[in-house]
Amino acid sequence: MRYAEIGYYLEIDLATGNIEKVESDPELTELYLGGLGTSVKQHWDRVPPEVKPFDDENLLIFSTGLLNGTPAFSANRTVVSFVSPQSELLAYPMMGGFWSAELKHAGYDKVIFSNKSPDWVYIWINNDKVEIRDARHFKGKGSLEVQDLIREELNEPNAQVAAIGLAGENRCFTASIEQSRSSSSRLGGGAIMGDKKIKAVAVRGSKDVHLARGAEFMELMEEVKKYINFRNSNPIPGVMTILSGIGSPQEMLHTDEKWHTEGFAWGNARKRRKNFWTEEIEKAWTGTQNTAIKRFISCYNCPQQCGALIDYPGVPRYMMKCFSKLTYGMAAYVDNLEFGFKIVQRAQEYGVDAFSTPQILAFAVELKDAGILTDKDFEGCPPDEDKEGRFVWLLDRLVNREGIGDILADGTYWAAKRIGNGAEEFAHNNIKKHEQLPIKLGMLDPLYYLMYATNEKISITQIEGNWPQAPFPKREQREQFVKEWPQVPDERFKEWLLEWEPRGEKSIPHYPPPPMASEIVDWMEMIHNIDDALGLCAGMASFCLKPPYHINNLPQLVSAATGMDVDRDELKRKVNRSRNLHRAFNNCRGMTRADEKPPEDHWRHRFPELEEELLSTYYAFKGWNHDGIPTRERLHELDLDYVADELEKRGILKDVQG
Amino acid sequence: MSKVKKIVKNIRVDADKCNGCRGCEIACSAFHAEPKYSSVNPARSRIRVLTNRLKDIWLPVFAGEYTPTECAGRDIYTIDGKEYEECAFCRAACPSRDMFKEPDSGLPLRCDMCEGEDEPLCVKWCLTNVLVYEEREVWVEEETEEMKQEELHVGLESLADKYGRDKLMDAVARMNAKD
Ligand code: SF4
Ligand code: SF4
Ligand code: SF4
Repeated sequence: MRYAEIGYYLEIDLATGNIEKVESDPELTELYLGGLGTSVKQHWDRVPPEVKPFDDENLLIFSTGLLNGTPAFSANRTVVSFVSPQSELLAYPMMGGFWSAELKHAGYDKVIFSNKSPDWVYIWINNDKVEIRDARHFKGKGSLEVQDLIREELNEPNAQVAAIGLAGENRCFTASIEQSRSSSSRLGGGAIMGDKKIKAVAVRGSKDVHLARGAEFMELMEEVKKYINFRNSNPIPGVMTILSGIGSPQEMLHTDEKWHTEGFAWGNARKRRKNFWTEEIEKAWTGTQNTAIKRFISCYNCPQQCGALIDYPGVPRYMMKCFSKLTYGMAAYVDNLEFGFKIVQRAQEYGVDAFSTPQILAFAVELKDAGILTDKDFEGCPPDEDKEGRFVWLLDRLVNREGIGDILADGTYWAAKRIGNGAEEFAHNNIKKHEQLPIKLGMLDPLYYLMYATNEKISITQIEGNWPQAPFPKREQREQFVKEWPQVPDERFKEWLLEWEPRGEKSIPHYPPPPMASEIVDWMEMIHNIDDALGLCAGMASFCLKPPYHINNLPQLVSAATGMDVDRDELKRKVNRSRNLHRAFNNCRGMTRADEKPPEDHWRHRFPELEEELLSTYYAFKGWNHDGIPTRERLHELDLDYVADELEKRGILKDVQG
Repeated sequence: MSKVKKIVKNIRVDADKCNGCRGCEIACSAFHAEPKYSSVNPARSRIRVLTNRLKDIWLPVFAGEYTPTECAGRDIYTIDGKEYEECAFCRAACPSRDMFKEPDSGLPLRCDMCEGEDEPLCVKWCLTNVLVYEEREVWVEEETEEMKQEELHVGLESLADKYGRDKLMDAVARMNAKD
């Protein structure tokens, strides 16, 4: 019997319609855990570097994590992986919601799609019965709307449906996959789904998920539960409200937006508005938000409730989470919050990423102001004074790939290349061709520098987390913070935090110094990678301060659930293995040191020498060579000799000694 | 007539607070697995959260009695502007639906208030306090032989009304013959 995992993958060849239930090799779980880890292995084995994002051979994998379907709170992530049309690297945007546990109960750990369907289809997975069904009548339907239409058509109110909207159908590079209150947004999974002509994947399951040592697992969860209750009633003092709790950012609950509106940049990631949050704005925005929110809602098996059902006057109902209420408004320089609640409904039905899309629209507006795009490109667009109308118009063009929208639909990097004429300067907020959060700061931060530059995720919100974003001003505050900090992998992290000052010698950019910075970043990445393998919500482990899950309790949970004996080092080794495999996959696609760069203007004060030192120190710490390629030695330690062979064969790893 | 003390176990459901996480279903199914906590399967849970997200419906319902036949009449309730699906509030394991049945055998499931635990598992694992457990003492009339006889009489009479005295006698005779 397999524990925690099911032991079967569902292989669907869309060209032939062949559907197979394939037993997975248990050794893969030993090596790569599950979720992202075991998916990366599939991509490595089956998708050679020559395969382009829209080639038949690009696999699209929907994966559960190892703990999905167990009683582990917040283990509900679906990891969607594919070679991204935008970055051309292996992307893995995740979604919460309800889909992954349902898939496990249907009897599968992953659904692997290969090739393309000749016409629009949706997939219906009902335990052992799997069908490819006609979806031509759903073409053009909204990504949320179609979820209910499919449930109706199947007469299955409990089916969980992941779907694309118009943006995915039209292969927009920022197209998302939407599911209940969640979405898999970054880097264009919706475009790959659309390219394969899959409108939706519906799933319903009623089989058991087994636990190896269930009673022990529940005892461990009892402790986790206690800690969740403790953290929910004890927010961390001395940090912004939004950072004080657990779960994903409580953007539906909190109305105080001083931090985002004044700290983040407006427009095309350009300007901070330092005195924006006046009493008047606060009053108006709080009123709008309270009108809009009908109910707080959670994902599967999670006691937090980061999402909300939105019922705004004149807008069809939908569900919202996180920061999307602000992204469009801030990018459009619109000072009211109504606009956010209105446009997000439209954007979500279209199925677009709420982080990168507003930046693309703002980029277009800037290009017009600069005379690079012309009135002709904007023919039919509402006048400049109507900032809201202009954004909606641009969004409609983008998802339909109409006129200038066809170019914008590829994201700022590719659009700028096509437009030329100096447009590249305006695609200024990208890393590895992907739009980043609109943050522009003063002083280089060594930790953020490394996270931004190097992570396979290519999106900072899903890299940072366990280490505070800024030092506490007073020593007493730091002492208070480290006193109860069971999440640290080692006591020395506490010492480092105690020393960290807002100003002076022990402050950014020189503190934490490169070796320390490498270790801190390694810790945060490791926790993220564990989440990605287990299917845990980052909000309960890697993406918040003092989370319920951490390196000191996860090994026991994994052991009790799966029956494998995994200690801290072993757990770390497993995710390190998949991280290195992931990196090697990307290296084969041409990614090197030269690509590991935060946007030029991310910080005003840059330190080229220090940055080089940071990168080199971190690479050395990770066991990568000067170019950021894993060395044979490191690969050998991780039982990845086959990867070293391949890298050498391809001439990517030249220095045999590393 | 003498009265006896009885404990009534009650779970209060504040459905307005439910966030739809289904943690209660998971806990219930794990608790009732054989051996205890060896598996999870919400389809086997004795509590189900009826969900219609865009209609703002999240309704935890507990499994009650088994019924061999579905009701001839149905109800559709609208409360507070929300229309609930047919049979939404019914606790029965009924032929009209899959709910509250073992997925493989089809045997009916019934909430047993987690017999033997100090607090029902669904209550324990609902961290948003939608489910609140309470015990209440009530004094009830001790059931006497006379009362049981009376109950039997009422029951038989209703059957006789429905099927006619002759058919009822026939059925009793057949039952006797089988024994
Ligand atoms: S913390 Fe929030 S986002 Fe994460 S699983 Fe829970 S409800 Fe979903
Ligand atoms: S555990 Fe509580 S909040 Fe979650 S679905 Fe059940 S009743 Fe609702
Ligand atoms: S009281 Fe116990 S048996 Fe009844 S629904 Fe809750 S967990 Fe299940």
